[in-house]
Amino acid sequence: MTIRDIPSERYQDGRPGLRRFHQARWDEPIIFELSQSGQRGVLVPQTEDGIRDQVGNVLDTLPTGMRRTAPPALPELAQPHVVRHYFRLSQENLGADLNIEIGQGTCTMKYSPKIHDQLAASPKMADLHPLQDERTVQGILEILYRFEQILIEISGMDRFTFQPAAGSAAIYTNASIIRAYHASRGEAEVRDEMITTIFSHPSNAACAKTAGFKVITLYPDTNGYPETAALAAAVSERTAGLMITNPEDTGIYNPRIAECVRIVHEAGGLCAYDQANANGILGITRARDAGFDLCHFNLHKTFSAPHGCGGPGGGACGVSRELERFLPVPLVSRNGNRYSLDYDLPDSIGNLGPFYGNIPVVLKAYAWVMSLGARGLREVAEVAVLNNNYLLHRMREIPGLSVPYAPLRRIEQVRYSWDELTRETGVHSEELGVRAADYGLHYWTSHHPWVVPEPCTLEPTETPSKADLDEYVAVMRHVAEEAYADPATVKGAPYRSTIHQIDHGPLDDPSQWAMTWRAYRKKIARSRSGSTPQGSDQQP
Amino acid sequence: MMAGSNRRRIGLIVNPVAGLGGRVALKGSDGVEIQQKALLLGARPEAGMRAAAALKELEHLASRIEFLTYPAEMGEDILRAAGYEFKLAGRIRGGRTDAADTREAAVRMTQMGIDLLLFAGGDGTARDIHDAIGLGHPVIGIPAGVKIHSAVFGTHPRSAGELARLFLEADGLPLQEREVMDIDEVAFRDGRVSAMLHGFLSVPVVHRLVQAQKAPSPVSERAALQAIALEVVAEMEADGLYLLGPGTTTRVVATRLGFPKTLLGVDVVSQQALLAQDATEAQLLALMSGRRAHIIVAPIGGQGFLFGRGNQQISPAVLSLVGKERISVISTPDKIFALHGEPFLVDTGDPDLDRALAGYVPVITGFRERIIYRIGC
Repeated sequence: MTIRDIPSERYQDGRPGLRRFHQARWDEPIIFELSQSGQRGVLVPQTEDGIRDQVGNVLDTLPTGMRRTAPPALPELAQPHVVRHYFRLSQENLGADLNIEIGQGTCTMKYSPKIHDQLAASPKMADLHPLQDERTVQGILEILYRFEQILIEISGMDRFTFQPAAGSAAIYTNASIIRAYHASRGEAEVRDEMITTIFSHPSNAACAKTAGFKVITLYPDTNGYPETAALAAAVSERTAGLMITNPEDTGIYNPRIAECVRIVHEAGGLCAYDQANANGILGITRARDAGFDLCHFNLHKTFSAPHGCGGPGGGACGVSRELERFLPVPLVSRNGNRYSLDYDLPDSIGNLGPFYGNIPVVLKAYAWVMSLGARGLREVAEVAVLNNNYLLHRMREIPGLSVPYAPLRRIEQVRYSWDELTRETGVHSEELGVRAADYGLHYWTSHHPWVVPEPCTLEPTETPSKADLDEYVAVMRHVAEEAYADPATVKGAPYRSTIHQIDHGPLDDPSQWAMTWRAYRKKIARSRSGSTPQGSDQQP
Repeated sequence: MMAGSNRRRIGLIVNPVAGLGGRVALKGSDGVEIQQKALLLGARPEAGMRAAAALKELEHLASRIEFLTYPAEMGEDILRAAGYEFKLAGRIRGGRTDAADTREAAVRMTQMGIDLLLFAGGDGTARDIHDAIGLGHPVIGIPAGVKIHSAVFGTHPRSAGELARLFLEADGLPLQEREVMDIDEVAFRDGRVSAMLHGFLSVPVVHRLVQAQKAPSPVSERAALQAIALEVVAEMEADGLYLLGPGTTTRVVATRLGFPKTLLGVDVVSQQALLAQDATEAQLLALMSGRRAHIIVAPIGGQGFLFGRGNQQISPAVLSLVGKERISVISTPDKIFALHGEPFLVDTGDPDLDRALAGYVPVITGFRERIIYRIGC
């Protein structure tokens, strides 16, 4: 038996090829299904007699209305079963720390330095209580203040809030501020139309609607950005504002953005810049310089805080001086060397959530910026754009792939199209992405609706090395060539993944979808014969 | 799942001359003369091969299905070659197949009882199937013709086969009424596109497949249509007169108001009453006399025509009386995206009116939702 020389097998001409990969499969039940009555992870020691005599039952101090009448229906498990359960689940996905995370376009899946998690988990941060007197939390208030100054410099805006807990919450905040602004001028009733574009992140339309606006969407022209003539036709005395991404989810920078802002301003509307993903323009363009009145950043995208299941997220909303009075409370103020929480904003839209936002996320983002410095931030954007354009250059060589709108250069991501491949082979984009999972990679198609047919959205960020990008391209090329040579194999994929193909139908059907264990029991388990499985982890 | 003892019956109709005119640039294959011309120009019949590609997807179900088909090149040959069991539903009259054979085959098969009808052809074949059996039976088209504008075909022969397989494996897949379109070939050869909405066929929809084709799932499609109807009805003037154009999108508005709707005709409603069904231009003008009228119209699938195709009753005279600002265009977003950026079209017969209608229009795409889209002319 010979020892395999993996590097020489996997690399040709200095470029990595396909892996011999196989994902773990554990047939792991849901943790509620593992529950065994009476099992415990921690046995809390009984209170000593002397203490109990002195204090009595501490629970008696709780108000009656806050006490449960029955214990919560939590799963009952011993510690090793919990650890084993989550380790198994962690092996059954292609998470950001496992695969070359390029395929989750628009999500800016950059590497999140582990030390930032340690900072956020340190007792200095984790043991803080939001109701502590502000004199005892001067350190974290100083960090909030300093990070606000950093974002002011990056965006050109005048004031920021960190209260939104995620990107959509930040967009909702901006929509609410726009509504409050028009209400302050007695125009809230009239100005009820929000304009957005089809390639802006769909949260812009969704949040504007949630905030009570009618939504008007602009369609792209042949360059991939909204027609200014269509925008001019859309604005009126009913226009509340424009909520737009730039570059949009296609990775195309709209050079007419200042003109868009002018058209909306002249109609009396405000302009909000969705900068959830600002990875390609950090230190290069600024929202305020293009005339925007509001903007927001996702700290968990551009600013490296982990997201997806590694979250939580954090949204930072910035506004011009004129809109500062509508921000959620509290804001952080500095008086000399003292920092304080300022609740005195009579025109505030109120609260987006409890307290001050996800402060550990702000801490991670602050640590990331401080580790890079101003020049480093700009270099992030430059490397992200360079990586993306190298990837674009190599992807274009793959048969059946096209690059709609702007085929030669993009900012930080590209929405590719496999339309030609689909027409020639009958294999759909989603099936190619699933086949890639057999080689330890994956990609995501696009938000719905699919304006770009058979889409595939790739965003490399500054993280991957050239070898990582080459490996990604090698898998994409292999999968595409296989679609031409042996479409049935691609359509039958995955073969080396945790699960085989699933029916997406129930995800789109309110009578079948189940986001929680309770909903699952109500809608699905009840309709099945027999009882729910118990303790299947215990089998030999 | 399929019951082991119950064989499922599939009707198969191949239009052997479908697609003949395509490769030799004749823009269609309707009519014996064109077919002969195509053969002279070197065209090879491909419909059978395309049907065979679709049938390959059903291989592993072979023991559980039985085909009803027509002789020789209309289905028998490829079923025999592929080793499927089949019965013949009738005979080809007069030796050479034509549209009458397609229609008769479809009628006979549905009379004998089938779970699904598969046909290989183009828009002309879809039209014949529609004329023969209407909306009563599930149908899947295998694309084999020159003109594929109807929304009843798989995107690829293999996709059509896969759709058939999933339909047979699952019981009770939802059906959608999808448009049968046809283009006037004679006009098309002269360089004019003249699309007509011919009718609707019932097509099974499988989420994974149709999602990949950019179409919404049946649930979200239904929700999208309901949202459009909600918005239209919410914006209706109490005493307004509304002309509802043809199609399934406008039908949802009528349904919301509690009225039936003719699929291919123009109906006239107010919030309280159904005033006319399948009205002619003269009837429209008479009803509009002295009242403020609105038009609610949806683009016809694939082509994007708003006026001048399938709704000529809404004539220049009617349009001029209504006025541009009281025309509401409604569409699901997916129908717009299927146009790939090509503008909506109007061809009313009055060039000045066409020019006046051109420009940007807010299309009602949902409840409190509009997409700004261009009308060309």
